[in-house]
Amino acid sequence: MTTPELARPRGNRRIFGWLHRHPRVKLGALLVVPAGWFGVIYFGSLALLFAYAFWSLDPQTGEVVKQFTLANFQRILEKPVYGTIVIRTVAVAAIVTVVDALIAFPIAYYMARVASPRRRALLFMSILLPLWASYLVKTYAWRILLAPNGPFDWGFKLFGFDGFSDIFGISDLSMTVVFIYIWLPYMILPIYAGLERIPNSYLEASADLGAKGGPTFRRVVLPLAMPALVAGSIFTFSLTLGDYIIPALVSNTQFIGNVVFASQGVAGDIPFAAAYSLVPVGIMAIYLLVARHFGAFDEL
Amino acid sequence: MSRILLRVATGLTLGFLYLPLFVIGLYAFNNSRAQSWPIQEYSLKWFGEAAASTSVRDAFVLSVTVGLEATLLALLLGSLVSLAVHRFRFFGRGALSLALVLPIALPGIITGMALNASFHNFGVPFGTLTIIVGHATFCVVVVYNNVIARLRRSSKSIEEASMDLGADTWQTFRHVTFPVLRTAIVAAALLAFALSFDEIIVTTFTAGTQETIPIWILNHLRLPNQRPIVNVVALGLILLSVIPVYFAQRLSSDTSGAAAINR
Repeated sequence: MTTPELARPRGNRRIFGWLHRHPRVKLGALLVVPAGWFGVIYFGSLALLFAYAFWSLDPQTGEVVKQFTLANFQRILEKPVYGTIVIRTVAVAAIVTVVDALIAFPIAYYMARVASPRRRALLFMSILLPLWASYLVKTYAWRILLAPNGPFDWGFKLFGFDGFSDIFGISDLSMTVVFIYIWLPYMILPIYAGLERIPNSYLEASADLGAKGGPTFRRVVLPLAMPALVAGSIFTFSLTLGDYIIPALVSNTQFIGNVVFASQGVAGDIPFAAAYSLVPVGIMAIYLLVARHFGAFDEL
Repeated sequence: MSRILLRVATGLTLGFLYLPLFVIGLYAFNNSRAQSWPIQEYSLKWFGEAAASTSVRDAFVLSVTVGLEATLLALLLGSLVSLAVHRFRFFGRGALSLALVLPIALPGIITGMALNASFHNFGVPFGTLTIIVGHATFCVVVVYNNVIARLRRSSKSIEEASMDLGADTWQTFRHVTFPVLRTAIVAAALLAFALSFDEIIVTTFTAGTQETIPIWILNHLRLPNQRPIVNVVALGLILLSVIPVYFAQRLSSDTSGAAAINR
């Protein structure tokens, strides 16, 4: 053993010993980098986004004028198209959330309360993998599925129905279906976790008290699963609200995100893009307040 | 009766989830340039074309670079926060764990737009660095969740035992805490990499003219003569986003903290 090798652990020992006696310093050392990253880069950016929303773009020079103005918000309120886009985005997000909850509940219930532990693990993995499988590729796959002369069109033609790609194809209906598909696993997994936690004894007690399957479901299972359901809905709602790729790829309509993306990119109007992107922030803030009321945060 | 209905519903839902993945898998082997169904002839020729395309190769290298560097940053930040939150009670502890979730809980356009505005304001040129900053920010939560879950399951008494036996803080971390966390950290790294590799919304706001694999697909999928190559790249992207998750799941469910330290 040479001296430097012995010296290093001794130096370490002194530093770590000192840290052990000063836990606050140790905490500071652990937190300084992550807190700096999130405090400066992330929250700094969010604050700047907020500030940009109240700045404006000089139409002559194309430069950002850093003076307080409500012009962006006035434009959003005065031009009906911006209101229509917000309503459309929220409406589709709501439909997607409700349909996903309806599709997710049976499979989640089967996983949590019927399937054997072995099969449950298998099903869990079978839901997890499509959740993680590339979002963009799944959307692209739907473009192929729904295209004229694609698999669905071909299948319907076999039954003598020719109009499939006129109804689906590139349309709002297709877009809604794709949203329902893409976010479905985000609804199944929280509901499954919520249902799995219900003790068997509760269901037995309900049966002992004379309740049949239906009333037990409505008055015991559903209320207990509610926080998990709302937790899942946060994902489906928020993810739909903030999306712009799916509307661009499978429909001809615009979502809030499409306007934001086009404003900062093509138009170069970052102040307006910032102002319009605060609309989903506001909507999500209200949604999260309501969700907290349902106890959904403990399920996330 | 109701059990049969549940089984049928489960089967249909699984079919719904896997149908598009299955179809894209088939189309990658479609010999024809035309994308009509049913596929007439299967071949591997587009795999060669995809591998030979410089724009695909560049996008792949960029995605891997960004994925690795964002994962490393997220591992550092996420592990530090989880150790701090697990060991200490401090002001803002609850707010901190909420802050980590925000980049993925808030709609993607907001994280993307906020970073975009900030880079623009400070004159940071859009490129590899800005993509990495964005990806690292939303990957931290994955690391944090995995590591803190492992910390909560592992018992504090083994660390106390280590200290009682005369190990200092560093030796305890090196020989006791880290081995307990190791598989959780590997699982977190796999998930963070998969998340980064596939991300598109935040990336479109931070990439400038750079093309990651998802952006390459987005830019090429409307060009009819590129579709066969897009199909191949798409299949590759599915596999690269799913395989890490499969192994991460195996790692985090099979190995408990106690089993990890016995090795």
